[in-house]
Amino acid sequence: MIKIKIKKNRSEDPGGGAAQDAAGRSARLSRRSFLSISMLAGCTALGLPARAGAAPEFEGWPKSYGMLTDFTACVGCRSCERACNEVNRMPAPEKPFDDASVFNERRWPNAKALTVVNRYENPGDPSRPVYRKIQCNHCLEPACATACPIHAYTKTPEGPVIYNEKLCFGCRYCVIGCPFNIPGYDYESALQPKIMKCILCYGRIKKGQLPGCAEACPAGALTFGKRADLLKLARKRIAEHPDKYVSHIYGEHEVGGTSWLYISGVPFEQLGFPTNLPKKPLIELTKGYLSTVPVIFTTFPAIFGLIYAATRKGDPTEPERQHKEGNNG
Amino acid sequence: MDNGIQYTAQSSASSAEFRNWFMDKLFMGMSVSEYARSLATPFNLAAVAILVASAPVFIMRYTRGLASVMDATSEYPWGLLLSWGIFAGEPLFAAGFVVAAAYYLFGMKSYRPLVRLAVLGGMLGYAFAASYLLIDLGRPWRIYYPMLVNLGPSSVLFIVAWHVALYCTVQLLEFSPAILEWLGSRRLHRWAVSTTVALIIGGVILSTVHQSALGAMYLLTPGKLHPLWYSSHLPLLFFSSAVYAAMSFAILLAFVAVRYFRDKCDAKFISSTPSLTLSLGKGAALSMYVYFALKVLALAQDDRWGLLTTPYGYWYLVELLGFVAMPMVLFTAGVKSQSLKLIRFSALFALFGILLNRVNVNLIAFNWHLPGHLHRIIPPGTEIMMIMAMVTLHILVFRWILNRFPVTRELPEYEGTH
Ligand code: SF4
Ligand code: SF4
Repeated sequence: MIKIKIKKNRSEDPGGGAAQDAAGRSARLSRRSFLSISMLAGCTALGLPARAGAAPEFEGWPKSYGMLTDFTACVGCRSCERACNEVNRMPAPEKPFDDASVFNERRWPNAKALTVVNRYENPGDPSRPVYRKIQCNHCLEPACATACPIHAYTKTPEGPVIYNEKLCFGCRYCVIGCPFNIPGYDYESALQPKIMKCILCYGRIKKGQLPGCAEACPAGALTFGKRADLLKLARKRIAEHPDKYVSHIYGEHEVGGTSWLYISGVPFEQLGFPTNLPKKPLIELTKGYLSTVPVIFTTFPAIFGLIYAATRKGDPTEPERQHKEGNNG
Repeated sequence: MDNGIQYTAQSSASSAEFRNWFMDKLFMGMSVSEYARSLATPFNLAAVAILVASAPVFIMRYTRGLASVMDATSEYPWGLLLSWGIFAGEPLFAAGFVVAAAYYLFGMKSYRPLVRLAVLGGMLGYAFAASYLLIDLGRPWRIYYPMLVNLGPSSVLFIVAWHVALYCTVQLLEFSPAILEWLGSRRLHRWAVSTTVALIIGGVILSTVHQSALGAMYLLTPGKLHPLWYSSHLPLLFFSSAVYAAMSFAILLAFVAVRYFRDKCDAKFISSTPSLTLSLGKGAALSMYVYFALKVLALAQDDRWGLLTTPYGYWYLVELLGFVAMPMVLFTAGVKSQSLKLIRFSALFALFGILLNRVNVNLIAFNWHLPGHLHRIIPPGTEIMMIMAMVTLHILVFRWILNRFPVTRELPEYEGTH
């Protein structure tokens, strides 16, 4: 009974005219209904507007750049790793770039290597394993940027997702949020730890140069260009060689699309790509919640103010003096 | 130190007064040597041993970076430290807001003796949660950045940061009457008491938002969190479980007070504890039913039934049946049979359930599909040491305050003013 009335009050008239009325009604509040009401207040506020926050579709920057990786072309030479290491002036790796023994383990990008190439079995043709280059995918609506409470990430109109170390306090929620587990935190630094990840050679492409890896690839596995053009190119390759490629451009729609695109001869699942991602940007999943916060702020004082008023009236044993003190606040 | 105080004491009468006041407040009326002797207990020795042993770990963390004490990677950026210190801790520390709201807003006057203890438990808990953050943040000295330097309002963590900061302030203000009574400042005390109701409403709002926001943080991870734990209802699930966590924690706080700090409790506190335990037990049982129903609802809405017969499904059932349904039934039985023992046991059991749920979300069900997953989330010994040290400190500070401040007793001169 009371539950429904309180709920109605909240949605129709949170305060004002209904105050008197509701105060009278909820004076009947039993002590035990304290719990159900407060939980209900929280629950309705938290559950209600989850659908209300849908924003207009964001199509991404029309002229932005991207990269297309063609796994059928990659030969696993690791030239891209070497070039990345050089253009970013990273420390020398433990094992040299021509040491193929690194393929025996599963490596992952981190603060010391912004891109790594892993080897995967090719079930169709065991003699020709598949090599997968891994780095930041430069999402069109990056979850890392959504996650960061200090807004240290920026999606640039050119395509790269960049990061400002001067703002970061190192909570690593961006790492939790990234659907591809990409940002690498420099856990070994005590004083100046920071996120390290591929920035699609933002400085170089602004100067008209190619990203380091794309320039170095001898096999034609990496194509840099406008994302729109790369999508056309990818479609063309798949259409011309339907026997060679699986019919999927990874990154076209995943989490709202990424600037880095992939085509492959083996299903992406077998290369360790997450295939359970929604097509909409991840920010859409938290918008609804974020929009409930102002609702809580505006309705709770009214709800709890009413309850306070009602229960005070309902307790005649309480001396008057204390009421006054409570009211001053 | 002893000598210094004696010297000043001889020098003038007012400093002798000050000395008495000082000794009375800090050493609980004992002389320095008496006080020192009273400290030599097995518990204290164990506490000192833990703190001394963990000191090098903390030094390492701040001089050689997080990598020297934790196994964090790009795939597992958060470890048990955060799971324990923030995600499992904060629901308990909602005790302050739940009990204060019951007393001040809902007019449940019988809760009065417990209010301060619950607020203290909440306030201290939040202070420690912030300390866990200071260990885990890469650059802890920038902790205020989300508030003052650059705002990221699209981030749920931004919401958490703001609300925790504000909530800590509110809790301190809520507890301030006790501090002011301890210091004997009447005017400020009256002022502090008069703001209470507004503060409590503020606290309820801040708590609701940030408890749910802790769950909302994981809304961003549909591809990484196991579908049995991922749900669009995460904010609601975290919030509703915080309600029973808070009540369970309040039950245990009251128990600890009457059991281990009996001489600090006044007759009212001691005599009201059984009925309050019963009442909180009822509340906890009821809110566990709500939580359980919501959990099942989330399963049904996302149609995850099929996953229940996978290994992760069994684990999910262990959590849901073993650590939610079980304590829920025990709570109910405890309330029905009026058994304080059973209620207290259920409270502890329920809190284990909270811990298990948060560890599942943070670690066990997170990135569950990566190769070698379970092997890679085992926390290193150094991380466990830091947790143990923090828990020890937490207990010591709690004890220090409870021994001195008028928390579980009313000073006669302030009776009826709050
Ligand atoms: S792949 Fe990860 S790090 Fe890169 S832009 Fe997307 S969310 Fe950010
Ligand atoms: S680690 Fe830094 S960049 Fe990442 S979310 Fe935290 S503050 Fe932002």
